[in-house]
Amino acid sequence: MNMELSRRQFMAGAGAGVAGTTLGSLGFGAIETAYADSIRAFKLTGTTETRNTCPYCSVACGIIMYSKGNLAKGEKAEIIHIEGDPDHPTNRGTLCPKGASLLDFVHSKTRTLYPQIRKPGSDKWERVSWDVALDRVARLMKDDRDKNFVAKNTDGVTVNRWLTTGFLAASATTNETAWATYKVVRSTGILAFDNQARV
Amino acid sequence: MTNSWTDIKNTDLVVIMGGNAAEAHPCGFKWVTEAKANRGARLIVVDPRFTRSASVADMYAPIRQGTDIAFLFGVMNYCISNNNVQWDYVKAFTNAPYIVKEGFDFHDGLFTGYDETKRDYNKSTWEYELDADGYVQADDTLENPRCVWSLLKKHISVYTPEMVERICGTPKDKFLKVAQMISECSSPTKTMTSMYALGWTQHSKGSQNIRAMAMLQLILGNIGVRGGGMNALRGHSNIQGLTDIGLMSNLIPGYLTIPTEKEATLEVYMSTRGFKPLRPNQMSYWQNYKKFFVSFQKSMWGSAATAENSFAYDWLPKLDLPSYDVLRIFELMHQGKVNGYICQGFNPLLSAPNRKKLTAALSKLKFLVVMDPLQTETARFWENHGEFNDVDSSKIQTEVIELPTTCFAEDTGSLSNSGRWLQWHWAGGSHPAEGRNDASIMAQIYLRLKALYEKEGGPVPDPIVKLDWRYKDPAAPTPEELAKELNGSALEDITDPNDPTKVILAKGKQVVSFAALRDDGKTACGCWIYSGCFNEAGNNMARRDTNDPDSTGAYSTWAWSWPVNRRILYNRASSDINGKPWDDSRKLLWWDGAKWTGYDVPDIAPTAKPDVVGPFIMNPEGTGRLFTRGMMRDGPFPAHYEPFESPVVNVLAPKVRGNPAARVFKGDMEQFGDAEEFPYAATSYRLTEHFHFWTKHQHNPAVMQPEFFVEISEQLAKEKGIKSGGWARIWSKRGSIKGKVVVTKRIAPLTCDGKTVHIVGIPLHWGFMGETRKGFGPNSLTPYVGDANIETPEYKAFLVDIEPIPGPVA
Amino acid sequence: MANFEFVLPPAPTSNVKPIFGEQDLIRRSASTITPPAKRQTEVAKLIDVTKCIGCKACEVACLEWNDLHHEVGSNTGVYDNPPDLDPDIFTVMRFTEWVNPETKNLEWLIRKDGCMHCEDPGCLKACPAPGAIVQYSNGIVDIDHEKCIGCGYCIKGCPFNIPRISKVDHTAYKCTLCSDRLAVGQGPACAKACPTHAIVFGTKDDMKKHAEGRITDLKSRGFRNAGLYDPPGVGGTHVMYVLHHADQPELYAGLPSNPTISPIVELWKGAVKYVGLSALGFAAVVGVLHHLVVGANRVTAEDEDNAGKLKQGRS
Repeated sequence: MNMELSRRQFMAGAGAGVAGTTLGSLGFGAIETAYADSIRAFKLTGTTETRNTCPYCSVACGIIMYSKGNLAKGEKAEIIHIEGDPDHPTNRGTLCPKGASLLDFVHSKTRTLYPQIRKPGSDKWERVSWDVALDRVARLMKDDRDKNFVAKNTDGVTVNRWLTTGFLAASATTNETAWATYKVVRSTGILAFDNQARV
Repeated sequence: MTNSWTDIKNTDLVVIMGGNAAEAHPCGFKWVTEAKANRGARLIVVDPRFTRSASVADMYAPIRQGTDIAFLFGVMNYCISNNNVQWDYVKAFTNAPYIVKEGFDFHDGLFTGYDETKRDYNKSTWEYELDADGYVQADDTLENPRCVWSLLKKHISVYTPEMVERICGTPKDKFLKVAQMISECSSPTKTMTSMYALGWTQHSKGSQNIRAMAMLQLILGNIGVRGGGMNALRGHSNIQGLTDIGLMSNLIPGYLTIPTEKEATLEVYMSTRGFKPLRPNQMSYWQNYKKFFVSFQKSMWGSAATAENSFAYDWLPKLDLPSYDVLRIFELMHQGKVNGYICQGFNPLLSAPNRKKLTAALSKLKFLVVMDPLQTETARFWENHGEFNDVDSSKIQTEVIELPTTCFAEDTGSLSNSGRWLQWHWAGGSHPAEGRNDASIMAQIYLRLKALYEKEGGPVPDPIVKLDWRYKDPAAPTPEELAKELNGSALEDITDPNDPTKVILAKGKQVVSFAALRDDGKTACGCWIYSGCFNEAGNNMARRDTNDPDSTGAYSTWAWSWPVNRRILYNRASSDINGKPWDDSRKLLWWDGAKWTGYDVPDIAPTAKPDVVGPFIMNPEGTGRLFTRGMMRDGPFPAHYEPFESPVVNVLAPKVRGNPAARVFKGDMEQFGDAEEFPYAATSYRLTEHFHFWTKHQHNPAVMQPEFFVEISEQLAKEKGIKSGGWARIWSKRGSIKGKVVVTKRIAPLTCDGKTVHIVGIPLHWGFMGETRKGFGPNSLTPYVGDANIETPEYKAFLVDIEPIPGPVA
Repeated sequence: MANFEFVLPPAPTSNVKPIFGEQDLIRRSASTITPPAKRQTEVAKLIDVTKCIGCKACEVACLEWNDLHHEVGSNTGVYDNPPDLDPDIFTVMRFTEWVNPETKNLEWLIRKDGCMHCEDPGCLKACPAPGAIVQYSNGIVDIDHEKCIGCGYCIKGCPFNIPRISKVDHTAYKCTLCSDRLAVGQGPACAKACPTHAIVFGTKDDMKKHAEGRITDLKSRGFRNAGLYDPPGVGGTHVMYVLHHADQPELYAGLPSNPTISPIVELWKGAVKYVGLSALGFAAVVGVLHHLVVGANRVTAEDEDNAGKLKQGRS
């Protein structure tokens, strides 16, 4: 993805005046001088840019994430700043208060970190490995499906449905995840399938 | 949205009603400020609260929550009475001239065919009169008393400005000003846009609220034009996509539907789909239904879906009920009929109604699996958090498994925005610990299930074992692989129907669009409306070309929109019956004598003659529906119904409580409160500082609005002795909460049917996890009832009482 | 596309050359300097209160950009949160519910408060620490925390009551107009974020021109007193407002109608000049301050009181 290309197109196409003319008239971008004592060093120098979309509302504002480390090159990447993508036709670099604080989502103190299981009657979580957690999920699903799957209804019509387990899909996963989810859920015969469209 | 965010700049009048775009969609609202600043557009806000949208509006009118239909029909009545109708549009592009069957009528708040015991209608009279060829009979003069136009005029005649004031509490002068401003948009060169959201959907007649505005927009000729449209501002970043891909109990991707158990075979299933045109020469696009359906089945089960087994039709589950929506699922859970529940994101403990019932329901599960990037309340419903989640963990026998997922910044793929733009994004950060992306988690659950069925067997294993799962790494399908499946491809060489020797699409190639799909099993396509998103031209969703010829706001080379990169739905209606643009300054699509041309992809066959084929090709009539036949459960026209919990009785039909066709579960009716006991009209909403229940996990949004509060008027505060910044208890028939109080002029009491109605505003956001102060949410109070058609819970209108209480001891 | 003239460019990530610095200083607290021969084009931030939706994006963008950590507070019966400027937040929204007596309509007036970057900065004039407050030729008034002594005189000197002293490092904090962003050709973080382009940034001349267009539009909507707030009492400001009721700035949470620098500060300015404060040691500075403001013969309690009123714009 050639970001510079699209940026130039945008400047040409939509006419971003400040960038093209006004800031230029301020003499920005040319004179080499030292920072003044009161001015903080520019914190994004040397970071990697990645284009993303705000995960909140459906305006789907373009954002730029600035990271130390480049994920695309297989490095571990820590995002240090997020702001609006000025190239984006809808938000033009702007963000609302939620979008402007997306960095706090990435580094939230209450993110989920490891698979955990809470046993019946317990008042605490127990950390488990992914294998233990996923094996358990598959086992619970299969046991319930095996026990309660309805292949035919009372009229003898093939209905192949499983009503005793439900699946609630999200609202911010990608279309690709949604499709993978759809395939898996439908293949089991689950009908109690819904998403967050209503609330 | 029929249009896009960037198109709003083309409008002359913005009506924000049933939403609060400035607070919930600030960067989309930018385009309202654009239209205002550059076109001199005006902004009207109709809302029970003086919102931040209202703070920059040219006209604000208050309305009692749950009375939008009365208001909108009042406006429609005003427009028709004052001859502010775009007649050429109405006559050519709507079903106004069509004749409705004898017997259809409306009395005492009920349409013909009501069965009180079933809370449902026999809809046989809600239909057109057809002629011998199966075509609709019409009266182009609109004078026939049984034509849709005559019936509509009669139906809305009761909604006078006086009646609007009586029902809605909107002062007559303010209503008339709004009606007059809207009526001006009947001019072909003046356009209004409707921006709405959950303020309309979260009612027991939510779908009909939207219908009412859509009808008004049709009458004004504002559908299909630049700066017009019905613009649903979806709440979440990809709820449009999840709905498009059909992650709902009764859907197949692309708004196809899951069969019911009455449809035992593919032939029976198809017999009620693929509608035949209802007008001569009309294109009825659903006639392609089978192509989309078979291609979907092939994408599910690949070579195991054959013509011989009706493309694995049996492997789709068959519905015994209209849907298993979230309200029904929790109802069944509450009855002890559900053992397992898997939440991929979502936080139902805070977002579904009647929290007490939800906790009881979750406690009856055998297992609950939660996949989320954040520590949700739902995953911790069993954990005691004092008064904020007062449960006894030892008594809850549910096994809970929490799986950490990546967040947006760590994931690659596309999201579909409100304007139907599919935009690709790239991962840029590493998960802080062991989180995995949702698609790989689903894959790994799937592979385990498949292995178990292969090893142990079990009932009907084939749909699982034979699911088409040919990804390079089956445990981690890539976003690109999945996107290509959604787009669709040729499974065999596709040849020209006129020349079988000519291969028009070679086996293995991506289809260019859904036009290439087949009903013979030679193509696969996960979601037909997404076909074109990732074809042989590459990943169109990742396009970042910002060109916008003539600055129409279309941005057709930025990302990709469904269907077939169309930016404005029904765009053929932007030109008159002869294909000439209604407004030369806002041209979108026009007939050049041989074909449709313009700034957008035509929403009609490019060579379909303008005076022959109607613009609304997804309807077999080809016209927009003012009368919806039997498509809606609660009536072919909207009608004013009070919320189930209302401070006043329905003045038009005093015997009718709520929406007569809305589903109410046993036990829930008894949990509705009455105005005598709960005198105040409550409503719920979110604030611009917050996004649902997520941002309380983020520091700065928590700083911006740190603590739960409710909002009341100065008058109610005085009456109750409640001080701003003080504490109050708020309770409904279903629960009780407490919080700080903001006393404000922005929520003023209304006078409805001679009675003072005080409003209590209850923002949502707070819970017992995250960085904000712990708090309650409206769902501890809200009633367990949804919209009659799609079961969206009635969060916007319910009854509470309020009293001052001393604050907690510090 | 009028507003998109103000779309700000993407942030650079490679090494960028700062475009203004020490050589562009036109004022330096408690110091005498020779201003540069050529003044840079003056910049300004224009806050169009009539387009502002009070969403607080600017507040959050400011916190994020400046790596500020504000504590989670409580609700006090209003939307204003955090309730006031402090060392951990340089801008806040001030909400006023006002019923217009002429139209009887409710108006929700929302003003983004923060440093106005006065052309004649009272804070700088009041500051006794050499070089702790500086003014660049483009109009930015900035604090150098290395040099600030935390005396709080800048607060007394400010007619808008803006700077706040940190309890952590005992220096004064306020909006820098994102001097670090401006130095590399970026606009301020608040202007970049503002969803409705209610905050725009550019040359002061362009901002005034843009304001004219806005005022014309507002007048067409019945706000006949719409106007620009660029108060002459402080030589104009590099943060300006478009107001619907420019005849009554006080409506907007007490925006002063005619802000001027307190006479005390002018007096103090003279003292600095004569005493040659830059040559004195810290103890002497404190002594002089104490003498001037707390125990001074020349400053009466009435003067103090007047100054207090002035800074709140109620004189």
